[in-house]
Amino acid sequence: MKALREAFGDELLELAKEYPELYVIDADIGKSCKTTEFQARFCKQHVNVGIAEQNAAGVAAGLATLGKIPIVSTYAIFGSLRMCEQIRQEICYPNLNVKVMCSHGGLTPANDGASHQAIEDMGVMRTLPNMTVIAPADYYSARNLVRKAVEMYGPVYMRFTRDAFPFIYDENIQLEIGKANLLKEGNDIAVIASGEIMSVAINACEALEKEGINARLLDMHTIKPLDERAVVEAIEECGALITVEDHNIINGLGSAVAEVMAECGKGRLKRIGVRDKFGESGPYEELLASNGITVEEIVKSAKELLK
Amino acid sequence: MGNQEKVSFLKDKAKELRKTALTMIHEANSGHPGGSLSAADIMAALYFYELKLDPQNPSWYERDRFVLSKGHVCPILYSSLILRGFMDKKEIYNLRKFKSILQGHPDMKKTPGVDISTGSLGQGLSTAVGMALGLKRDGIGSRVFCLVGDGETNEGQIWEAVQTAVKYELDNMVIFVDNNRIQNDGFCDEIMPVLDLKDKFQAFGCETYRIDGHKMEEIVNILDQIRGRRNKKPIVIVASTVKGKGVSFMEDVPKWHGVAPNDEEFEQALREIEEGLK
Ligand SMILES: Cc1ncc(C[n+]2csc(CCOP(=O)(O)OP(=O)(O)O)c2C)c(N)n1
Ligand SMILES: [Mg+2]
Repeated sequence: MKALREAFGDELLELAKEYPELYVIDADIGKSCKTTEFQARFCKQHVNVGIAEQNAAGVAAGLATLGKIPIVSTYAIFGSLRMCEQIRQEICYPNLNVKVMCSHGGLTPANDGASHQAIEDMGVMRTLPNMTVIAPADYYSARNLVRKAVEMYGPVYMRFTRDAFPFIYDENIQLEIGKANLLKEGNDIAVIASGEIMSVAINACEALEKEGINARLLDMHTIKPLDERAVVEAIEECGALITVEDHNIINGLGSAVAEVMAECGKGRLKRIGVRDKFGESGPYEELLASNGITVEEIVKSAKELLK
Repeated sequence: MGNQEKVSFLKDKAKELRKTALTMIHEANSGHPGGSLSAADIMAALYFYELKLDPQNPSWYERDRFVLSKGHVCPILYSSLILRGFMDKKEIYNLRKFKSILQGHPDMKKTPGVDISTGSLGQGLSTAVGMALGLKRDGIGSRVFCLVGDGETNEGQIWEAVQTAVKYELDNMVIFVDNNRIQNDGFCDEIMPVLDLKDKFQAFGCETYRIDGHKMEEIVNILDQIRGRRNKKPIVIVASTVKGKGVSFMEDVPKWHGVAPNDEEFEQALREIEEGLK
């Protein structure tokens, strides 16, 4: 188990050695976002603009015009919402090579309460042209995807978790941005999940297995560009789909998959995720449960879809 | 060039810029004349005297940068770029047209010589800070010039950007404030009093000056004075200006913030500009 924000901090140290043009822009939460080691070792590539996220986005854009690769680091709620218009105007519109990499995604800042829980970030970022939107499932895939995001040109939004989550991959994992990763084969039903909630999805698939339902499991780390082919294949080969995300069921992974399905004209879908309501302080598992983001609910939904 | 020749050359350029910008706005039948005209003299001095640029190579890395934070007055920027040879003169007639390289607000991907896309007020200055910071860390002596509107300083992000410029000692940055005392809905004093902007920027830690933004001698003097200056402070030049300057019926009239002149008004405007600033 390891927190995904640790992956961000760790991979930055590797990347900085290879990319002298890499910059990290902090907004006074470097300690929580795990950039302090980067700052200590690569101070010439580090900027802290204080509690001024909108400015952070603009400074990053300016640096990007010089050919730098700036990464703005803050919490998901501020990186996607406080900075939203700046990202739209100064990063996505001119298609500048800025990465917005955020800790505290989804309900994972559980104790902090609704003000800090980002349940809209992926969806909001998904509607911006030129933006790539990613939620890694665990520490190792987060490290790999951070690297891939730096290797590709263009704006990227990526969210990490504050807390530790189980390992799903190992250090050799190689993912491709925009391409779903098949975690488990199966043709009865397809579970498509994104982000740290993958561990719940994995447990659900195991539970389904025990009930004789052979589920396919896809790690849809990139919700934009969505791997539409993998979705269509799942529709054609499994018929029924369940999306699982730590995000509002509106506009996130579930919506993205629903859009493909609607145009496909066939298939059945159940979206599991935050039920369009704000969170509150409490244990992460309780918050998930209150939204039906549980193994039991996934199993129940699968059975209903297969009826 | 002697000082007097230089000044009269730049005054002529300012005239040309004013006429070109109004021609563009008239042709497009939309755009922002007031703030274009108030900025014309500063833009003439920047583009025909101060900025280190290469029209043949707009993305030359060691060039000076210019950020039009008050992006709505892009006709005056486009005019500067066209007259400096970044684009063909015929582009004058393409402002805001479909498929044009001259968008209603600056687009760095479409227009050669535009260093950053702007249009949403309050954001350009942050990008200028990013540019100045990166250039400084790269050890490149280029400077970054930014033009900010006085109404635009209502935006909190302006002050976020200034704090960063001060913290990182960005003395390779020059911020011009077009202090024409008018914003969109009316006079700043009524909409949102900006108070003494020189004092404000000074309090934030900048090196500040106030000049008459329509006296070419003063603009040239201040540019000469600060050219080699590197004293760890961003430089802010608050320019007292008149919105609509050079066209009597537009001067100091809030209505001319964002409407195009009709044919008659346009003809009169050109005549008055030709006569020179009063
Ligand atoms: C964020 C944002 N809000 C509103 C506008 C609409 N707008 C365009 S120009 C303007 C007034 C600008 O006033 P000022 O900065 O003083 O410019 P100038 O007087 O030089 O034209 C407004 C409100 C905008 N472009 N961006
Ligand atoms: Mg004004």
